[in-house]
Amino acid sequence: MRFGLLFLIVAAVLASALPLRGQTAQAPPGNGETGKKLFVERACWQCHGRAAQGGGIAGPRLAGRVAPWPTFSRYVRRPTEEMIPYSPKMLSDVELADIYAWLRAIPAPPAVSSIPELNRK
Amino acid sequence: MAIDANSPQVNRRGFLKGAAAGAAGAAAATVSGIAATDAEVQLPDQARVAFTPEQAAQTLAPETAPLPDEPDVMTVEDPGSDFMVDVLKKLDFEFIAANPASSFRGLHESFINYGGNTAPEWITCCHEQASVNIANGYYAVAGKPMAVITFAPSGLHHAMMGIFGAFSAHTPTYLLVANILDGKERRPAFDWGPHSVVDPAAAVRDMVKWDDTPLSLQHFAESAVRAYKMAMTEPRGPVVLVVDATLQENAVADRAKLRIPRLTLTSPPTGDSGAVAEVAKLLVAAENPLILAGDVARNEDGMRLLVELAETLQAPVQGGGRGMPNQHPLSGGGNVRTADVILALNEEGLYGRLNRYRDQQVRSSTPLVKSDAKVISISSYDLYMKGNYQTVERFQEVSMSIAADPQATLPSLIEACKKLITSDRRRVLEERGKRLASASAEALERARVECTYGWDSSPITLQRLAVEVYDVIRDKDWASVGGGGGRLWNVDKFYRTMGAVNGGGIGGSLSIAIGAALAHKKHGRLCVRFQPDGDMLYVNSALWTATHHRIPMLFVMQNNRAYHQEVMHLQRMANRRQRGMALAHAGLPGSTLSNPDIDFAQMARSMGAYAEGPISNPNDLRPALLRAVERVEKGEVALLDTITQAR
Repeated sequence: MRFGLLFLIVAAVLASALPLRGQTAQAPPGNGETGKKLFVERACWQCHGRAAQGGGIAGPRLAGRVAPWPTFSRYVRRPTEEMIPYSPKMLSDVELADIYAWLRAIPAPPAVSSIPELNRK
Repeated sequence: MAIDANSPQVNRRGFLKGAAAGAAGAAAATVSGIAATDAEVQLPDQARVAFTPEQAAQTLAPETAPLPDEPDVMTVEDPGSDFMVDVLKKLDFEFIAANPASSFRGLHESFINYGGNTAPEWITCCHEQASVNIANGYYAVAGKPMAVITFAPSGLHHAMMGIFGAFSAHTPTYLLVANILDGKERRPAFDWGPHSVVDPAAAVRDMVKWDDTPLSLQHFAESAVRAYKMAMTEPRGPVVLVVDATLQENAVADRAKLRIPRLTLTSPPTGDSGAVAEVAKLLVAAENPLILAGDVARNEDGMRLLVELAETLQAPVQGGGRGMPNQHPLSGGGNVRTADVILALNEEGLYGRLNRYRDQQVRSSTPLVKSDAKVISISSYDLYMKGNYQTVERFQEVSMSIAADPQATLPSLIEACKKLITSDRRRVLEERGKRLASASAEALERARVECTYGWDSSPITLQRLAVEVYDVIRDKDWASVGGGGGRLWNVDKFYRTMGAVNGGGIGGSLSIAIGAALAHKKHGRLCVRFQPDGDMLYVNSALWTATHHRIPMLFVMQNNRAYHQEVMHLQRMANRRQRGMALAHAGLPGSTLSNPDIDFAQMARSMGAYAEGPISNPNDLRPALLRAVERVEKGEVALLDTITQAR
């Protein structure tokens, strides 16, 4: 029997946490195109969605609100909540930087005002 | 006399009687012609030569001799099952669900011919798990039990997952289990093994509230009423009544001596007045109270009471299901981390709500609540618990625990709170209410923004799917019968969503939805169900039950072509063991449902439903939904096979 598993990651933690002492605040250069593929190949989409849009009961949205690199990279290695941890053996620093580059480059979504279904009361 | 040897009305003995009469009248009869028209007659080869009338008579004598005065009884005027139907009619069952079986052929015939197939109306199911889950779903909307009949052992075993679901969700599903206990009444090759169990209810006794095996019709009448009463007493739960086949089929000895007792339901228990007064004092004095609500409301009145408590205290409510309008300014706010008084109402997952849990290699959890926070539980579930099937989380310490029905206790709690609220205190509470209302409005706006991410993605995001579906039903009298659209769906009425319901793991939801739609049907509501693909594949024959019984409803598939929750579990294991990403690349053997992809639209059409799909372009959604809703409004079942993102 399978009961619900909640991958609750508090997005606010990712978004607001400050860089840690000793970590480089600047993200290493990454290849966004490669990162887009890695987001699928490394199974990130399983919880965060293929557009990194997040979901109600799995991973939070990453598109448009990815945390600063130090927080992001630390969290992926040692998540404080329910996220599946990724060791360097599973996802190298270079690959992580590629994914980060793609996440940062995701275009903004359409405005709420441009979608009629979201404006009908 | 004309004799049709092929007629099922003519048995071998009767046929041969006629044949013998014909032979006696013939000067030189042969029986070879007889054998040619009746496959049952296998005369020896020598008999195929011409017989004299005397020889024929001699040969047929054993078959045509006058019948002995044996106690053959061929008909019955007042079978026991007719009385059983009278009993069940008095209990006001609207429907009875079943997959047919010979052990209850007596009852089945009585329901149709004697009972007129109304109240209860027979719902034809193709699997007993579907029967029970349809009943579970019906209760979640109708608020009263639906009957199910099955047989021991096979049907009962098929039904077990649905019964476990009823047990877990406190659903008073009413099960009749046919059995043939008396050894001398068993039919060789049929009933000695497959249809006879010494104690059938034993198989499910750990997950039903009460069971009985009536030995007489009066016993049946009394236990049938008692079972209903037990099922509906808080906390509610499933019951089993074993109905012996012989009791069904034998004649009633004397109807005048049978009596059907009157049903008087037990009123739910309310909280002790002293304890309720103490709770009120804590809640009124709290700076950051929080209400955590499980399945509290049984009806519109329960919803009104929960809202009244929240508004009286200007306290946020998390959960509450159909008991709390989801766009109410006090719905969904608050935080267990900052709350100083937490009121939990029928909250079965209290440990999970008050602790942070991590499923890493070493599992850990830490409390979220403040150390000095007061946690109060009002729950009817404390009044009844079984040991074998565990439906509880880790033990949660609380400050106060009141074993009572929350809905029944709310009036006195509200009254006690109102008495304690001074005008000064009311101003403070109103200020808090304004802050919560503001936060609620902001959360609603954030929910709209969230939907825009991945708006044009294919596969379709679940958020867009929910928005598109709601947009075509929002102006109709809609009801969700499984799955929902989150905060953007305005759940403003009690019946918009279902009560707590459980099918016992994956595989029960389809039937639950059909049962719920069955309950909505007489109200003319437009029923919508978000249907996961994995669940659909367990007992998909239930879809035929929906079309057969003209239960109008819209299925919108959440087809991610996987048991995706298991996909995530496997990935967690692989990461934890650092075994690379082979699983992700290999399509996760054992957890994916592709190669070949399943054509759910074709499957639905094969069972008589209107269906379209697969639909993977989000821009194709709206026109497909409009077409499907039009069909549902005409009384049909419609299914859209929409290809969605996994999460």
